[in-house]
Amino acid sequence: MALLEVQGLKKYFPVKQGALSRNIENVRAVDGVSFNLNRGETLGLVGESGCGKSTLGRCILRLIEPTAGKIIFDGRNLIEIGKRELRQVRSSLQIIFQDPFSSLDPRMNVGRIIAEPLRNHLKTSRTEIKDRVAYLLEKVGLHPEQMGRYPHEFSGGQRQRIGIARALALNPLAIICDEPVSALDVSIQAQVINLLIQLQEELNLSYLFIAHDLSVVEHISDRVAVMYLGRIVELATDRELYRNPLHPYTRALLAAVPVPDPDVRKQKILLQGDVPNPVNPPAGCSFHTRCPERKDICSQEEPALRDMGHGHMAACHITA
Amino acid sequence: MIAADRPLLKIQDLHTRFHTLDGVVNAVDGVDFHVLRGEVLGLVGESGCGKSVTALSILQLLRCPPAEIQGRILFEDEDLLRLSKEDIRKIRGSGISMIFQEPMTSLNPVLKIGEQIAEAVRIHKEMNRRESWQWAVEMLRMVQIPSPGSRSRQYPHKFSGGMRQRAVIAMALSCQPKLILADEPTTALDVTIQAQIMNLMLRLKEEFNTAVVLITHDLGVIAEMADRVVVMYAGKVVEEAPVRELFKDPRHPYTLGLMGSIPVIGRKEKTGRRLHEIPGLVPSPLEKPQGCRFHPRCNKVMDICRVKEPPVVRPSETRRVSCWLEAEDGGRV
Repeated sequence: MALLEVQGLKKYFPVKQGALSRNIENVRAVDGVSFNLNRGETLGLVGESGCGKSTLGRCILRLIEPTAGKIIFDGRNLIEIGKRELRQVRSSLQIIFQDPFSSLDPRMNVGRIIAEPLRNHLKTSRTEIKDRVAYLLEKVGLHPEQMGRYPHEFSGGQRQRIGIARALALNPLAIICDEPVSALDVSIQAQVINLLIQLQEELNLSYLFIAHDLSVVEHISDRVAVMYLGRIVELATDRELYRNPLHPYTRALLAAVPVPDPDVRKQKILLQGDVPNPVNPPAGCSFHTRCPERKDICSQEEPALRDMGHGHMAACHITA
Repeated sequence: MIAADRPLLKIQDLHTRFHTLDGVVNAVDGVDFHVLRGEVLGLVGESGCGKSVTALSILQLLRCPPAEIQGRILFEDEDLLRLSKEDIRKIRGSGISMIFQEPMTSLNPVLKIGEQIAEAVRIHKEMNRRESWQWAVEMLRMVQIPSPGSRSRQYPHKFSGGMRQRAVIAMALSCQPKLILADEPTTALDVTIQAQIMNLMLRLKEEFNTAVVLITHDLGVIAEMADRVVVMYAGKVVEEAPVRELFKDPRHPYTLGLMGSIPVIGRKEKTGRRLHEIPGLVPSPLEKPQGCRFHPRCNKVMDICRVKEPPVVRPSETRRVSCWLEAEDGGRV
């Protein structure tokens, strides 16, 4: 059974106007998303800015309240449980944020930052907590002596390691990684990716890895989901998705990735225009306005996410 | 030597320091390179290596003091560092223009897009209001902004990220400069928009024979756009090569490390899931290591690297590398 099962998850942000703050329309940030995350697996979630991938990650932890849907984690539906129970669940479902500068309290030293979840969730003695913090710091490649220092004394990559140590404090089963390396320099990015892979192997963690960089996602993921305007348009194993992309959007995304090899300056599938406004997504297939292969049906009927063979899911009329 | 062979821009022994309360920061520390007419020179390195400060020094967009710029910056054989403020202002925009990473911060939020482009043209090309506005609309059309006439009368907040960057490019090109300094022009954009902008820049470069200094940390962007590449580390040039040679045969351990540390689609099946990493951190600009600046992170470090700065070795006419491993006596001194 899957560790995390998301079914028909929706998040609509109301757009209010006028003196009575009437709800005039909705931004459909997440619009009916379903997927599974298995134990010890990394599911990559890619898409361009505004596609709803970060909102989705936050909805799963109920940091943002979802509008509809089911989130079944370790046998419990997180939508239905109360606050106290939710706090318990969050000890085994953690999150790492993109910006290592704003996600750590500047007035707390590193020891306190990492000890905070331990103090809140476990009734243990001070020395035990201190030992645990030292162990965690070592685990993420920092020195236990640095416990007394403050976030501003660390570089971006080191801060991201602190964020990872904090997420690991309560032995979670799964971590939602929201763009964990996109603010880092390439050489530091490699260090953090390697750390995440190593921790996963040691602790059998599951990751939901949210990122916009397709090469990073391919590198770390076992399966990959592609999002466009609040929906998953394609989901497959990383090998399948990158070798045999079925959705025209996935194909365009892959073609747009610059390849670090001057000999393969390739012909690009250039998408025209920008991502449409999620307040009024286009009718039918939401990608049809930019799709180079669209047919008449695409503007009329919404394609469902279907199995195109061997578990390769895609939502497209053309590839059907 | 005929004029066409002479470099458009030639930087010699450029030093840019900042006098701060914590001490002197040598952000750019003896950099030299040149740019030919119509070519794209890639300037690569991680944050803090001095690549942006180099660009800002060329146009003297740094406040002095605390900054102090020394060396020679020859643009069409004229040393920009010896020009008066008035003369350097004439070069900015019409001779050399700049594209910044974050398009929102380089656009004025309370001026219409068209006005922002027209303003520069009025000053540098002596056009009147109507002509300059028409010119602005033409420029917007050239960078493929849909319905440029009505778009030119809008304010920047109405534009999406990709459109803003197009507007900034239109502005940079409006006075037909000979050289554009593009500082991470696509880093803030999504990949599909990045591809559009890269395509546009290459097309415009062909059309107007504009030279571009492309500053980026993204080796993928470099591979697709640059003709030649200069790699910087901690304020110094560590390697220079034509783009194909650099990717085929990188010589400096830092360049090698950078190339190994980027994930490449399809490569993990061959090399496994672990990425090659460069250990440690970029050194603080206040306390740069002795000898070769890369030695604390280098996996091929030798004794001499710790004490003596490496020489500049030229394996061929178009290449140079600053590393003891490349020196003829192999660093045995």
